[in-house]
Amino acid sequence: MIVGSALVSLLALALSAILFQKVRIAHALTYAGCCVVCLVLVGDGLNHMLWGAGDGVPTLVLPFGLPWMKAHFRLDALSSFFLVAINFPAALCSLFGIGYGDHAPEPGRVTPLFPLFLFGMNGVLIADDAFVFLVSWEFMSLTSWLLVLSNHKNAEARHAASVYLIMAVFGTFCLLAAFGLMAGSAGAYGFAQMRAASLPPLAGGLVVALTLLGAGSKAGLVPLHAWLPLAHPAAPSHVSALMSGVMTKVAIYGLIRILFDLHDDVGWGWGAVMMVMGGISAVMGVFYALMQRDLKAVLAYSTVENVGIIVIALGLAAAFRDYGEAYLSALALVAALYHVVNHALFKSLLFMGAGAVQMATGERRLDRLGGLLNRMPVTGLTVLIGSAAISALPPLNGFVSEWLVFQALFKGPTVEHWAMRFLVPVVGVLMALAAAFAASCFVRAYGIAFLGRPRSDQARAAVEVPPSMQVAMAVPAFLCLCLGVFPVMVTGFIATVVEPLAKVKLPAAMLGWPWLSPVSATAGSYSATLVLLTGVALMITTILVVHHFGTRKVRRVPAWDCGHREVIANAQYSADSFSQPLRRVFGSSIFQAHEKVEMPPPGDTSPARFSLSMVDPVWDILYAGVIRTVGYIADRLNRLQFLTVRQYLLMMFMTLVLMLLIVAARQP
Amino acid sequence: MTALLWGIIHTWLVVGFAPFITGLVRLVKARLQGRRGPALVQPYRDLWRLLQKESLMAESASWLAHLAPYLVFVAVWLAATIMPTFTTDMILTPAADLIALVALLGLARFFTALAGLDVGTPFGGLGASREMFIASLGEPAMLMVIFTLSLLAHTTSPANLVIFVLAGNVGLEVSVGLSLAAMLMVAIAENGRIPIDNPATHLELTMVHEAMVLEYSGRHLALMEAAAMTRLLLFMSIIVCVFFPWGIAAAEASLAEVALGLLAWVVKVSILAVVLAVFETLIAKMRVFRIADFLGGALLLALLATIFLYVSKAE
Repeated sequence: MIVGSALVSLLALALSAILFQKVRIAHALTYAGCCVVCLVLVGDGLNHMLWGAGDGVPTLVLPFGLPWMKAHFRLDALSSFFLVAINFPAALCSLFGIGYGDHAPEPGRVTPLFPLFLFGMNGVLIADDAFVFLVSWEFMSLTSWLLVLSNHKNAEARHAASVYLIMAVFGTFCLLAAFGLMAGSAGAYGFAQMRAASLPPLAGGLVVALTLLGAGSKAGLVPLHAWLPLAHPAAPSHVSALMSGVMTKVAIYGLIRILFDLHDDVGWGWGAVMMVMGGISAVMGVFYALMQRDLKAVLAYSTVENVGIIVIALGLAAAFRDYGEAYLSALALVAALYHVVNHALFKSLLFMGAGAVQMATGERRLDRLGGLLNRMPVTGLTVLIGSAAISALPPLNGFVSEWLVFQALFKGPTVEHWAMRFLVPVVGVLMALAAAFAASCFVRAYGIAFLGRPRSDQARAAVEVPPSMQVAMAVPAFLCLCLGVFPVMVTGFIATVVEPLAKVKLPAAMLGWPWLSPVSATAGSYSATLVLLTGVALMITTILVVHHFGTRKVRRVPAWDCGHREVIANAQYSADSFSQPLRRVFGSSIFQAHEKVEMPPPGDTSPARFSLSMVDPVWDILYAGVIRTVGYIADRLNRLQFLTVRQYLLMMFMTLVLMLLIVAARQP
Repeated sequence: MTALLWGIIHTWLVVGFAPFITGLVRLVKARLQGRRGPALVQPYRDLWRLLQKESLMAESASWLAHLAPYLVFVAVWLAATIMPTFTTDMILTPAADLIALVALLGLARFFTALAGLDVGTPFGGLGASREMFIASLGEPAMLMVIFTLSLLAHTTSPANLVIFVLAGNVGLEVSVGLSLAAMLMVAIAENGRIPIDNPATHLELTMVHEAMVLEYSGRHLALMEAAAMTRLLLFMSIIVCVFFPWGIAAAEASLAEVALGLLAWVVKVSILAVVLAVFETLIAKMRVFRIADFLGGALLLALLATIFLYVSKAE
């Protein structure tokens, strides 16, 4: 009931934003309204998760939708969990939008769509039949597509939007087919019927494959990721935060809903496929992030990495379940859901930080930034916390979820199949590489943008953003710390969410106070609270000792730099030079990274040039061809728009005859 | 109660003993090179001297440069506190496992690299870039070693791992040998020793760790140096305690056994320090881009160690 009215008010907000487009205050009010609605949804989700277990799962049937069935809605534990995980960052993005919304090039093209986008995402979560699910999914895709297109005068944004549209349609189409297979020829499109049905092996395999393609393309799994780093940065920053931090989580929800609830007969082989896809996504995503020069592109590629980590955990869970290891399966699911929450938090935070940087300097290129920590202290500190959290450093939240994934992964060889046993170490290497690359990537992004000396006048003149935006960034930064230090508070809730899916209750002791020891009491434990307390104690000791026995004097002097006295700001390490060693070692074969130095001969006064080129092999192999084909067909089909009435009638008649022929042929 | 006592002693010991080991390595190296070398206590004197000096901070430095040395030192100290050395009965060992230990070292590295970038000098950026490059290969290799050990011992907790090995459950396994080799290579890289990095180098384009802390002086430099010394001792402790755990006292051991454990640890670590000095004297530093081959080798060895575990245990 609360959810329903909240969603209706989102629609009302969108409508009012369209009507009062010309009024400046209307934008701020719309975002404020979105923020309130999202918080209400968070409250409702928490309410259902914490106290709603006793009074059953609320369901609702509304009289619209397909003619022979009505629209079904349902709010079970998984939906409530995602309702919280999604609407909380969304509320922060809305809060950020109050200050930032006017900054977008054409706010009138963004503000009305923002609540609609939220509406679509929430619709997916509470859907209880394929029709509502797909309509909401498509609604979410189309509104986000329009948001990407909001800066339509920019050719890059138009390109990004067209690629995104193709991939979104492709994804929905795959999901449509998957639901069609699950519904069977009887057309049982309700989720309840799908749960009860059992599929023949071939159809079951097809459902998994189609779901991976459909939801995986929305989540940005390699090789379906190519649209994501184009589309996410093209939107205004608070929308990028929503798309990267939140919409990918809706896609993960789709994966979990279909593979662990509706069609819960996923073989270990498909689990292995998911692990490989996740592992490759993790490494490739973060490696690409490491090469980007645009701050928002770094963040978008890093989303690919984090989705990869989540999918590794989901694949593990599927494989464990197939082998009857219910506890380990539940553990892997807990790890995946924990990372969902964490990534939603820190990725929204980092995108908002990128938005703040863009607002303060008008720049997104790393090589035009620098020295922002001194000029934007709050943004600098919160983004530092977000960067450390996404690099999986203790005592922040990213470490806890990656630790849980590693613990689950280290138990992977419990599945006694030779393929799994050889696969697990390889996926382990991929994940370890991804974690190490992520640290490099965020040292680079943060160090170049926020530390050092300003590389441009805009960066030198940067000032801190308004307080509402600071709050929107400070809250997730604080939560990154809380979720890192008190993980036991969260794992308990997540365990109850996982319970109906894994059909086993994780013992409280495994994920409980004072340490997480998920596998068994002796198999390794982590107590974030104790680590932090010890760290604080050691820090106090250090400070006392150093200041007692030493001097506290500090004198400001020009930088020493081995006596070089460098004054040119561009002589600092740049984004490209920072990633040069890794690019040379890993980039030359797969990504064909190519560095070219043009040095004019002595006496010539023309400038020396350095150029760098890289290709995404996936783009060349998969996308370029598809996009060219789609463009070609679209051009040809364009003629259909300009036919005469007679020709249209003829076509309709021919179609009808064709359909009748098919029906006649199918009759026995 | 004893766990608390040993824990506290251990916490101070890993920091207090670390400069001695660094001094020992320096002295042995000097003798091998035909020099008399500094006294064993010279690192202590250096740290004391740095503490007394005022700290010079570059004008372009932010507050992060002030904070980083403290954070780096505490992160390394915390990591060293987790790894049991002379007894497995320590209060803090269950608080974190080996994965967390790797992550704590990662935290230290993260802030060292950021500090290198903070002042905005070319040398700092160079050091930070290369350090993160080395870590990108070294850290996965170390995680894979932990993976292998955890498959053998069914635990990632350092204390339980040591107990498992002490109980004689691990025979002469190919996997353990490969893990040891990989671990030694990672230890050399993570501590910036020859052939990866030269701890004695200054004013050269070859330096990595020294380039990042180039702008530091006074107490900030003292903390960074102490962190590096503690890290060296930590890696040596990991190697001797996991692969050669003999002598480590178990839970509820008598005082004499603990004293024996302490003696055994000091002797083992000192032997390893001498071995390191000899190794460094014998070998030449390699080019930066050869490091990828070295550490890639370590990563592959660690992966092979895991896979051999199944080959040798095929039922």
